[in-house]
Amino acid sequence: MAITPLVEMVGIDKSFSGNQVLHNVQFNVNKGEIHALMGENGAGKSTLVKVLTGIHDRDAGEIRVNGEEVQFINPKQAEAKGIVVIHQELNIIPNLTVAQNMFLGKEIKYGRTGILNHKKMKSLTEESLQKLGVINISPDDIAGELSVGKQQMVEIARALATNAELIIMDEPTAALTDREIESLFSVVNDLKERGVSFVYISHRMEEIFQICDRITILRDGEFIGTENIRETSFEKVVKMMVGRELGERYPTKSNQIGNVVLEVENLTSKDGTFKNVSFQVREGEILGVAGLMGAGRTEVMETIFGYRKKESGIIKLDGKTLRNGHPSDLIKAGIGFITEDRKMKGLILGSSISENIALANLKTISQNGVISNKRENELVEELINRLHVRTTGKNQEVKSLSGGNQQKVVIAKWLGIKPKVLILDEPTRGVDIGAKKEIYTIMNELTEIGVAVIMVSSELPEVLGVSDRIMVLHEGKVTAFINRDEADQEKIMFAATGGNR
Amino acid sequence: MKRFISNNISIIGPFIGLIIFSIILGIMSDSFFTLDNLLNLLRQISINALIAFGMTFVILTAGIDLSVGSILALGSALTAGLLTSGMDPVLAVLIGLLIGLALGAINGLIITKGKVAPFIATLATMTIYRGITLVYTEGRPITGLSDSFAFEMIGKGYIFGIPFPVILMLIAFAILYFILKKTVLGRQVYAIGGNEEASILSGIKADRVKIWVYSITGMLSVLAGIILTSRLNSAQPTAGASFELDAIAAVVIGGTSLAGGKGKIVGTLVGALIIGVIDNGLNLLNVSSFYQQIVKGAIILLAVLLDRRSK
Repeated sequence: MAITPLVEMVGIDKSFSGNQVLHNVQFNVNKGEIHALMGENGAGKSTLVKVLTGIHDRDAGEIRVNGEEVQFINPKQAEAKGIVVIHQELNIIPNLTVAQNMFLGKEIKYGRTGILNHKKMKSLTEESLQKLGVINISPDDIAGELSVGKQQMVEIARALATNAELIIMDEPTAALTDREIESLFSVVNDLKERGVSFVYISHRMEEIFQICDRITILRDGEFIGTENIRETSFEKVVKMMVGRELGERYPTKSNQIGNVVLEVENLTSKDGTFKNVSFQVREGEILGVAGLMGAGRTEVMETIFGYRKKESGIIKLDGKTLRNGHPSDLIKAGIGFITEDRKMKGLILGSSISENIALANLKTISQNGVISNKRENELVEELINRLHVRTTGKNQEVKSLSGGNQQKVVIAKWLGIKPKVLILDEPTRGVDIGAKKEIYTIMNELTEIGVAVIMVSSELPEVLGVSDRIMVLHEGKVTAFINRDEADQEKIMFAATGGNR
Repeated sequence: MKRFISNNISIIGPFIGLIIFSIILGIMSDSFFTLDNLLNLLRQISINALIAFGMTFVILTAGIDLSVGSILALGSALTAGLLTSGMDPVLAVLIGLLIGLALGAINGLIITKGKVAPFIATLATMTIYRGITLVYTEGRPITGLSDSFAFEMIGKGYIFGIPFPVILMLIAFAILYFILKKTVLGRQVYAIGGNEEASILSGIKADRVKIWVYSITGMLSVLAGIILTSRLNSAQPTAGASFELDAIAAVVIGGTSLAGGKGKIVGTLVGALIIGVIDNGLNLLNVSSFYQQIVKGAIILLAVLLDRRSK
């Protein structure tokens, strides 16, 4: 091709204190294409983006934008050349309005007076949202009250308002519902027609194959290859990413389903998010819980675990009614809960692996309130080995682990209590494909020793691939139970959108 | 060795600072490195150190306690009242300590059950406890307490040449060090400061732990107050005013993060020593107390700035 790429990166090297994280990486994006950047956690994707936008300087290599060599020293300069990054943690100030967010740092004033021209900013905001085809956001809406999907639209509108030619999106769909993903994709495709390019960073293979034109794969800081999406396959991409055949995406199951362990009867929340939820989970069974964002899945689990107050309802373990005043009661009874948001609710990021694992196991490793170092070390080391946590040692801060390894630490913490029931809420979110499979394998191993597993997930292929039975929630009510052999995506979506009953 | 340094990095800075200050003062004043002066210094810091030990626990849970000075005054006044009524001094002191525990527990209950931010809750109780003290004492010192050996011992006594308040401080230090380092309660204190939600979801009864932490702080404040009362042989209604600031300063100089979850009680002891050395040294050098405040403030700032840089 004789066309100059919009952005061209050649031979990029980058080291942090002697540790090489990028080695001779090539990357280019053409005008009007959607280019996926893929690799396991720690492969160097974010570093590459940071080198491009001037957050990090490079040790070697060249960057050209529209054929002209550039050396940005901060993201503002990159923005001036039309390169904008939309981070996974959105850059929105929640208590300001949409219009105020749009013009943050570049407010329009009446001449040089310093007095804000609200009217003009509002009308321009409205205009740019309309250009995106977004009609259900008003410039006066408080940004923090919008759904994540709408906030993202505001960010895209803001990027376009600065005449962005390349928008880099980091895990844009991680917190979106299916419907929001659809509208995001239609906006992205629209903009592509108008010549805007995208770099799309994601772990979700289905989405990449659905929307992207080309894909560049990194592994351990090395450039592995760039492929045309139409000429490659799922298996090939995975192989390039992990450097070996991964085999089946979901490990084969050999669990025996036994007696009912956990029984939930007519559980109703205090704040009205869900009503009369009843279900059972059996020994060795994986119950998948599906539903759209806001269906009340996480709320049901947090209520079972005693973290939220219930209005009414009974929870029985092995036929005995549980008193659930506080999570500690449920832990004592043998229920573990891996939360959806591992950074906010699952881990103490500034503490070590050892301290995090010990947290749910303080009773086991202590006597009369005094902690036994020996018992703590034994437990922690056993669990780190059992879950293959990749770490420099048990005293490493969890903050510095990759997403997949952080999740393994959370799981390790709960395996320590030898649970009878383990609830996993979005266990593979933000986790790379190799670690995903390891997590599925751990779940299967648990069912083999008779643990009842509940897995809440927004990824339908995962729900279908892992569960023995699927419960579907819609607006706080159970709308269907579907057995593994009868389940498919259509049935689940039908129930999740309220089609059943 | 490497491991030791990385584990104690937050304390090494303040510790080096302490040594440097001491050496400078030793050179400038002949009387600094005398045994008498050093023991005197330790006795001077014991009151602040005891309060600061409690404050360390509070700050580790990401809280703050502004009411320690008022608890000190109220606890001392009530203990003094019991003594003047002729109660056995040992019993009176024990009751005084329990009052401190209860006043701290009230702080804890307001913060946890009432869901009031620690700063606001203890700002309110600081005023209330002080007010109760003034009402109870009618604004006058309570004097003529007790000439019993046991009560005099607390503030003025010596064991093997070591001032009794210093021994109390060291005992409290040893117990609290053990709690933080080796017990479930200690682990829970760090966990709550690190991430309260994650701690609750891991089965930690955060409310209960916090109530304990404020109670312990209340009790230590009254212990400090009783030492002060014994030394002066009177309970002052205005005792302990602004003591919370010295205690917070000792904790912060000692490298404990105000955001919670990170810090060590050894650091607090070093922090209290640094403040004591400065006070003591500047006195020996006959520096006006007006200048002393400027120096103290500058050192707090310096400690925090150096701490920032090392991160």
